[in-house]
Amino acid sequence: MHDVKTDAALESAWSGGASPFAMGSKKLGMWLFIVSDTLTFSALLIVYSYSRLTNPDWPKPFPMSPAIIFSTTMTVVLLASSLTMVMAVMAAQRNDRKATVLWLIATMAGGLTFMGLHLREWFHLFEEGATITHNPWGTPQFGAVFFGITGMHMTHVLIGVIYLGIVATGYGRGKFSAEDVEVNGLYWHFVDLVWMFVFPLIYLMSVKY
Amino acid sequence: MNTQAHAEESHAGASVGTNLAIWVGLVAITGLEVFLAYKELQPTLMLTILVILSLVKAAMIMSYFMHLKFEKFSLVLWLIPAIIFCISMMFIFFFPEAFRLLQLKPH
Repeated sequence: MHDVKTDAALESAWSGGASPFAMGSKKLGMWLFIVSDTLTFSALLIVYSYSRLTNPDWPKPFPMSPAIIFSTTMTVVLLASSLTMVMAVMAAQRNDRKATVLWLIATMAGGLTFMGLHLREWFHLFEEGATITHNPWGTPQFGAVFFGITGMHMTHVLIGVIYLGIVATGYGRGKFSAEDVEVNGLYWHFVDLVWMFVFPLIYLMSVKY
Repeated sequence: MNTQAHAEESHAGASVGTNLAIWVGLVAITGLEVFLAYKELQPTLMLTILVILSLVKAAMIMSYFMHLKFEKFSLVLWLIPAIIFCISMMFIFFFPEAFRLLQLKPH
């Protein structure tokens, strides 16, 4: 038997029912993953910021041209891939399968372009003598911090591109729902969000004048 | 309520125009950051400004691209304070000790 008070509790978001946040379990799971990954990147970036400010001879290997122009291009490419992801999610909500798959492929292309540009940047630094433990410019921790943080981010981009490929294939064949595309979108936007911290803190704090 | 019904209910979201405006805003803030780097500010001031601008960009991405603005507010209340709390704990307990240990010399 239900009285008015009990019914009100069951209807509330906090009733402990099947879906207190009015979303599916996959999406809620992705948000939980994003929270945990936020803390991982926060720890890395806080350590970096401390090291950067406490080492006066922190290396500055990135001239405005070409390194900063190059990394700004990478940032715009990644931001553009976020916009194509938004379009993919919108198309999936309209049940437009063909458009969804095309926007997902465009997002993958953005991710792969970003990775290609980033690897080119890495190899350029290798050629100049930078490794994880050593560099010719100053504080040796630079290599561990730079390759550690950007490598961690690039791993996320690689996983994101594979994830996009799986979702595009599955959604195109009618095996995945619009919610799967949206959950994939959450992951991809998070990868973009992390880069919004990595780019200014790592690159713009180490500009060679 | 099933998963499909949730997807239909909670994702009215922003229009294409709004998302495009957010994207232009994100690119513009990135441009501002690059401009600040060109001005060669003092490192602590530069880091502070860059972190604030990055937080603004993160809020824009989470609100619109990740739809947090259009979800139930209880989700925001659940996620954001948890992140802030954990990062505060890192600052209060973990990092001071970790950096102190780094400066100890081996015997």
